[in-house]
Amino acid sequence: MSEKLLRVIVVVAMILLVELLCRIGVIPRMVMIAPSDMVVELGKILASGQFSADIRITFTNIAISTVLSVLLGFVAGVIIYSLPSLRDAIEPLLASYYAVPTFVFYPIFITLFGVGSASIIAIAVLLAVVSMVTATLNGLDRIPRVLRKTGQIYRMSRVKTALLIELPAATPYLFTGVKLSVAYSFIGVIASEFILSGAGVGYAIAYAYNLFENGHMYALMLLVLIVVTVVNTFLNVIDRRLQARRQR
Amino acid sequence: MSAALGAKVVPLAPQTATAPAHARLRGVTRVFDLPKSTLHALGPVDLDLAKGEFFSVVGPSGCGKSTLLDILAGLSAPQSGTAEFEGKPIQGVPDGVGVVFQEDASFPWLNVRDNVAFGLRRAGMDPAEINRRVDYAVGFMGLKDFAASYPAQLSGGMRQRVCIARTLVMQPRLILLDEPFGALDQQTRLLMGDELLRLWRETSATILLITHALDEAAMLSDRVGVMSTRPGTFIDFVETGWERDRDSRVVSTPHFGDITARLWEKLRIEALKIMSAGKG
Ligand SMILES: Nc1ncnc2c1ncn2[C@@H]1O[C@H](COP(=O)(O)OP(=O)(O)OP(=O)(O)O)[C@@H](O)[C@H]1O
Ligand SMILES: [Mg+2]
Repeated sequence: MSEKLLRVIVVVAMILLVELLCRIGVIPRMVMIAPSDMVVELGKILASGQFSADIRITFTNIAISTVLSVLLGFVAGVIIYSLPSLRDAIEPLLASYYAVPTFVFYPIFITLFGVGSASIIAIAVLLAVVSMVTATLNGLDRIPRVLRKTGQIYRMSRVKTALLIELPAATPYLFTGVKLSVAYSFIGVIASEFILSGAGVGYAIAYAYNLFENGHMYALMLLVLIVVTVVNTFLNVIDRRLQARRQR
Repeated sequence: MSAALGAKVVPLAPQTATAPAHARLRGVTRVFDLPKSTLHALGPVDLDLAKGEFFSVVGPSGCGKSTLLDILAGLSAPQSGTAEFEGKPIQGVPDGVGVVFQEDASFPWLNVRDNVAFGLRRAGMDPAEINRRVDYAVGFMGLKDFAASYPAQLSGGMRQRVCIARTLVMQPRLILLDEPFGALDQQTRLLMGDELLRLWRETSATILLITHALDEAAMLSDRVGVMSTRPGTFIDFVETGWERDRDSRVVSTPHFGDITARLWEKLRIEALKIMSAGKG
């Protein structure tokens, strides 16, 4: 409670400090515009619809990437889980996966999918999917044996046991994978737009930067920040509920 | 005091009962395959459970009690020997068997009511009948005020009661309980024992109770089986001779002392074996 309050106070104080530094000219307008101006600029671009197409593309791509990563990661996780020898072979690779800077492969994706959404989604999925695979394996590992036995006692079929016992038992762990997939999809899509796109919020930010259009640039950054914060808050609420149920 | 009140000495299994046994094990063994070796966990075990009997198993930790329960429940097959329930070989979980496991098996994503109703819903029972049975079991187990709570909000002992209620609503003919009161304090354990006796009288189910508490075994059972250290076999069967209408007040009778003394005499030797093995 007071911890939360303190956090809000710190954030607000930081914003006010930046606002002050901008207003009195310690931070020049060429470097950064005042937070209040960012809000005004964001209002303007949203009202004008100038970047609506970019915004739509970016968030659509993030959504597609998230859904694909979660589905593919879950299915791959279940398959790997059911093949222990395969799992033993590739688990070390999964563990060191995030040591690889996925973005260096962008030329391959451009060759394969061309410049545009397909390449961007491919990179984002590549980045996100392994977190879901790992979370799925972890979730399946964590299902207490006694719950599966309970399913047997109620003479449930394999499919019913999977749907009514194993899936809900693994859900809190799977959700960790969903959260990471969302985060990696944001990173993957927006960062890819900087390097291999002619549209999207990432592209628009880079474009504005090159033209010294600080108003647009900071407005778009603020937009991304706001969306990420809202999405994360929402995911955290669900996560906390799921974790509260987890007892073992 | 008549001789009938003394702990009866019964010859070791197999016992020849006149009525066919409700559940029967003959020469049952269980061996686990470990990565580099095998582990002989149980047997050979012979056991006849009479219909409506309250039978308890006591034995040192790790002697194969839960393994024995798994075989009776049809959750694992014996390496050798035969297991029968109601005259039929046990292959998979038989209809009419209910189990309360040693570990907490409550479903954390369901509230108490939904946990208790789980098996009935799987069986596709009429919702009105489900409600009736769940209400009864939830009340019986003293969970009425927690019907909407989730397991994470309950103590370990209460979660175990949820599991007991979830088993009872199915009205099993054979109830297998694996240290169900392990997480409870002594007083609650005795009272829960009374509830279990009440339930047993009301349902006429056959009960097999695994416990490490000798007093619990002595007070609740018609008959107590004492197991040796691993691989567990029955080294003694003690008939208590209690009336069907008993309750926890029997603990203050001399006969209760006789029974626990007899159980301890047998178990002490087994416990000493483990201690000396541990030292050596
Ligand atoms: N699935 C398994 N795989 C390998 N070994 C097992 C398995 N299940 C049980 N064991 C071993 O078999 C032996 C008997 O186990 P079991 O759980 O039946 O003992 P128990 O009498 O119930 O013990 P406790 O009093 O601690 O509950 C133990 O040594 C245990 O480690
Ligand atoms: Mg056990």
